[in-house]
Amino acid sequence: MPEKGFQQNQTILETREITMRFGGLEALNALSFCIAPHQIVSVIGPNGAGKTTLLNAITGVYSPNSGEILFRGMPISGLKPFQITARGINRTFQQVQLFSNMTVLENVMVGMHPRTKSGFWDGLFHFASERREEKKIREKAETLLDSFGLLPKAYWMSAHVSIADQKRLEIARAMAGEPELLLLDEPVAGLNIRETEAMGDLIIKLKQTGQTIILVEHNMHLVMGISDWVIVLHHGAKIGEGRPEEMQKDSRVMEAYLGT
Amino acid sequence: MGKKNKIYLLAYALIIFLVPAIWKNNYHLMVLNIAALNIVVVIGLNLLMGFAGQISLGHAAFFGLGAYLSAIFTATFGFPLWPTIILAMVITGMVAYAIGIPTLKLEGHYLVMATLGFNVIIYILMIQLDGVTGGPSGFPGIPRLQVGGFVFDSDRKIYYLLWTISVGTLLLSLNLIHSRVGRAMAALSHNEIAARCAGIDTESYKVKVFVISAVLASLAGSCYAHYITFVSPGTFSFFYSIQVVTMVLIGGIGSLWGSVLGAILLTILPEILHAVKEYNVLIYGIILMVVLIFFPQGLFPVVAGIFRKRKEEARSGMELVPRKGP
Repeated sequence: MPEKGFQQNQTILETREITMRFGGLEALNALSFCIAPHQIVSVIGPNGAGKTTLLNAITGVYSPNSGEILFRGMPISGLKPFQITARGINRTFQQVQLFSNMTVLENVMVGMHPRTKSGFWDGLFHFASERREEKKIREKAETLLDSFGLLPKAYWMSAHVSIADQKRLEIARAMAGEPELLLLDEPVAGLNIRETEAMGDLIIKLKQTGQTIILVEHNMHLVMGISDWVIVLHHGAKIGEGRPEEMQKDSRVMEAYLGT
Repeated sequence: MGKKNKIYLLAYALIIFLVPAIWKNNYHLMVLNIAALNIVVVIGLNLLMGFAGQISLGHAAFFGLGAYLSAIFTATFGFPLWPTIILAMVITGMVAYAIGIPTLKLEGHYLVMATLGFNVIIYILMIQLDGVTGGPSGFPGIPRLQVGGFVFDSDRKIYYLLWTISVGTLLLSLNLIHSRVGRAMAALSHNEIAARCAGIDTESYKVKVFVISAVLASLAGSCYAHYITFVSPGTFSFFYSIQVVTMVLIGGIGSLWGSVLGAILLTILPEILHAVKEYNVLIYGIILMVVLIFFPQGLFPVVAGIFRKRKEEARSGMELVPRKGP
């Protein structure tokens, strides 16, 4: 794994009082938290708690109404999604969003866009430098697919592989952008028990390479099994955070989930 | 670009350049010359429609800008020919940029409205500014194309020049879509949110593709003006914009080879239908309807499907990489 250029104990991502309103609805309400690097941090909460909105705010799909998001100490709120991806945050989606008109391999090759340079003129004339870069892109994409167990399906159309493979592919595409922070939005939704376990193993493997991961997930078994830290949202506000075993016992969390 | 595409392109170029040796009829060659220019416009438009997910209904105006700028600069002001063609392309590109910046930042199909309006404006200007453009009666006496003293003064001579430009455009465009930039374009036209989150500056790409598209139309327009040596507003009306969009759709949106097919077919078809004089518009319309109803993906995927068995390839029509397996 390449050196991430970032020291332990520091905060990789910090949100300061971010508020996100849709009409009268406050999807995020003065939400503040810090994420330490090289950890799996899970964001949980009942449906409508604002988890996906939070990911959309971090990645620039939405711009928060107020508050600030700092990535490696630099403010990123207000930047466009492609600028945030270039700075090192990449994500997957709750509903798989692949380029279904492309092969599995091409999807990963697109993911390498922010880390490669060839422009329009290179594209038109296929200069030697462009051909070299293209070869590198292909090789790196194949290596990445191999580590995700998808190499045998590299030339399949991405729409034709199983949901589990599509979810893996989406993560592979995100990793192709060499993110420092990876956001996973419900990576095991719709997967069976065996596939869920395999996905859990994959996420742990990613963490072992030094990857920082924010995981939004409803599957409590998975969340409690692999997370280093858990943040609980309810109605757009943070109602608790701590180690998984602490959160399982927390009365506010129980209340939000079970209504007792 | 894959090896296969290179072989197709070579075969295509060979056939194209053998045609005048076999076909002696000058009128037929003239129709093919117009087809060559239409191919340039249609490929440019297909880059926009198939790879940026946007539609322009103003390509006749960009074609016209190229033609009139070339005519005015060379015939009226005596500018040298080839630099003028480049200058016309640059000016047209800047105009497209000015239209694209505000409209492509908005989500949705605002570009259609803007280009439609632009086409109408340019058409009116061509008619009203008669001191410069010659007004409704047109602009005669545009110098012929020439290279180093060699004047392309017959349909046969100019055939080679126009088709070189046409094949060159196809080659460069195929190169483009088989590159990092082309992949990004294909991604953004298919799933814009995913493309943005994968780190692609979708707004900037859309504007760039639109500019390229307009510049290609301008190039074709300039060549048209210097070939026919006379331009009049009627050629650049909204109807031609619709025609080139139809050529893209008939050939297959997102397929550059399809654009070649669509442009050639729809340039030749009206000429063939002259034989059935009073019914030609009717038959032309029926053919378009039948194709679009039964082959909504365009004709090229159908033609390609006859030669290739894999349906997936035919459906995507993009041949980004050679597909092995499953």
